[in-house]
Amino acid sequence: MKEIRIHGRGGQGSVTAAELLAVAAFADGKFSQAFPAFGVERRGAPVQAFTRINDTPIRLRSQIYEPDYVIVQDPTLLESVDVASGLKDDGVLIINSDFDPEKFKLDTKAKIMTVNATKIALDIIGMPIVNTVLLGAFAGATGEIRPESIMEAVRERFPGKVGDRNAQAIMKAYEMMEGQK
Amino acid sequence: MAHEMKMNKKNMVVVEGSYAVAHAVKTCRPNVISAYPITPQTHIVEDLSKFMADGEIPNCEYINVESEFSALSALVGSSAVGARSYSATTSQGLELMHEVLFNVAGMRLPIVMTVTNRAVSAPINIWNDQQDSISQRDTGWIQLYAENIQEVSDMTAQAFKISEDRDIMMPSMTCMDGFILSHVYEPLILLEQDITDEFLPPFKPERTLDPKNPLTFGAFADPHFYTEFRYQQECAMQKALKKIESVADEFYDMYGRYFGGLIDEYHTEDADIIIMAMGSIIGTIKDVIDRLREKNVKVGLLKVRAFRPFPAEAIMKVIRDAKVVVVLDKNISLGMNAGALFIETKSILYNTDITVPVIGYMIGQGGRDIPMSTIERIIAEAEEVIISGIKKESQFTDLKEELI
Amino acid sequence: MKIVPGAVCEAGTSRVNKTGGWRTFKPVYDYDKCIKCKLCELLCPDSSVLPKEDGYFEFDYDYCKGCGICANECPKSAITMVLEEK
Repeated sequence: MKEIRIHGRGGQGSVTAAELLAVAAFADGKFSQAFPAFGVERRGAPVQAFTRINDTPIRLRSQIYEPDYVIVQDPTLLESVDVASGLKDDGVLIINSDFDPEKFKLDTKAKIMTVNATKIALDIIGMPIVNTVLLGAFAGATGEIRPESIMEAVRERFPGKVGDRNAQAIMKAYEMMEGQK
Repeated sequence: MAHEMKMNKKNMVVVEGSYAVAHAVKTCRPNVISAYPITPQTHIVEDLSKFMADGEIPNCEYINVESEFSALSALVGSSAVGARSYSATTSQGLELMHEVLFNVAGMRLPIVMTVTNRAVSAPINIWNDQQDSISQRDTGWIQLYAENIQEVSDMTAQAFKISEDRDIMMPSMTCMDGFILSHVYEPLILLEQDITDEFLPPFKPERTLDPKNPLTFGAFADPHFYTEFRYQQECAMQKALKKIESVADEFYDMYGRYFGGLIDEYHTEDADIIIMAMGSIIGTIKDVIDRLREKNVKVGLLKVRAFRPFPAEAIMKVIRDAKVVVVLDKNISLGMNAGALFIETKSILYNTDITVPVIGYMIGQGGRDIPMSTIERIIAEAEEVIISGIKKESQFTDLKEELI
Repeated sequence: MKIVPGAVCEAGTSRVNKTGGWRTFKPVYDYDKCIKCKLCELLCPDSSVLPKEDGYFEFDYDYCKGCGICANECPKSAITMVLEEK
């Protein structure tokens, strides 16, 4: 089983990202589960969302304490949230940032990768909505999921131009991370 | 009867638990829906409203109201005229319905209501436990608890069938853990329209509110009669015990899916330790059991699906030969220092020859997460009970002493 | 921390929650264009535009969420929203 934890802020689409990841993983032939851990529900408050991907049906309902992968949608969360908590040594932590990974001194042996998802989102989608972009980055960095499945899931949720632009941004982030691997 | 699941992955879709429920409600062809939005039930009524707006639920009215009290009151009228009636609520909303819950059961109206289980204020808390529905256990509603979104979707059709049976005519709550199930995305087979039309025929009650043939529902009953009405309700509940089982079997025959009748079992055959629980925690417990079985710990699970009517016989049969029974409760009866499932389980064993020790844990209050390690620790403590007897009969779990 | 029975708590606890981290864009203030009309101060939903003694203003970046209302409403376009580096 692969476990993914997404850290974001209310309104950034962390929960949607986890859901889209579950839809995409199922399309890839896996079983999946996605669920949120809401704080107080309001824009800006720290939020966690979780996705599990497995070959067999998933029964476990607890939150994810030892993730294989962590996605951080907003680097300012690092000041208040231990995003690397429990992350497996051979795991990957993806941070939305324009800085190099070396800047982030986190208590983990896992590989840290950064992607400037905010810039990609502003350039291609026209809004600083980074959740789908980071899913593209996740696919590129981990190879756990096909980018086509993510694009398909996103297009289904956001039909028309919005979906198309998101798909474009996903592919861009995917290619950037693939190059870094 | 063996229940081997025949679920084809090709027929599954990944959707939110709330959508699965709303879709199931639509598939059951309701005639009247009335509900008031409240977290974490909101997505269910939003999806139903969308179905209504898109014209996807024919021959149905969605009545907008200003409170949960009014929502259920509206359904008293609609159900009495013979309309299949549905609502959904949780927590404070359910508690606000308290008075009407008795009316619905007393007038023998087979309303079905989804409860997205949530803690009750104060302090205000929007997260999951089961205090809300457990606090309504004496209102005369059948209460079923689901472990995943497939089960709660399927349970919706089962609940209508059970409630509308002419021998029963009692309302049902289908309970799903708030957020944990209402907001989870996972694969399931959405309730099939063609099979459901066959499984659940249109609601045709014996007695309806009809101006051409005037009747009074819930009329005055003085001390000469009141007891007998209460007795009839109890008789219906006892009949529901059999009906819940037979409807689950019939559902299995037609849909190929089964999640238990009154109860379900997992590795109980040879179990020394039997855990009893209700709702979404079941899945986590099953994973823990698989882990411990590899280490030869003889532990099994008794999933309680029906809390009302209470399946005393079924439970006794399963736990009779165990060495210890552990009951997990997402609720507390304050002043008893115990949860309801624990109290009921203990009470059915008195006056019998079953002498298995029973211990209780109040767990997952107000959404506190239940990791596998917590269940493992509880099982380790249960192993101690087998060796040296009960030290603490019932207790809070994962209490943070440093906060008190 | 100890909890108080009844969940009774003191006032003003939201000060502990520094909401500045929510920003994507931060407001930057051009003193030369400002006419001291106070609109930014009045309209800020988070009281994060603070008046100074000289009649001009400064931003409290500990709490400013970067909503951009001040920049949008400023009649002299003295406030611009700049992408924050993070």
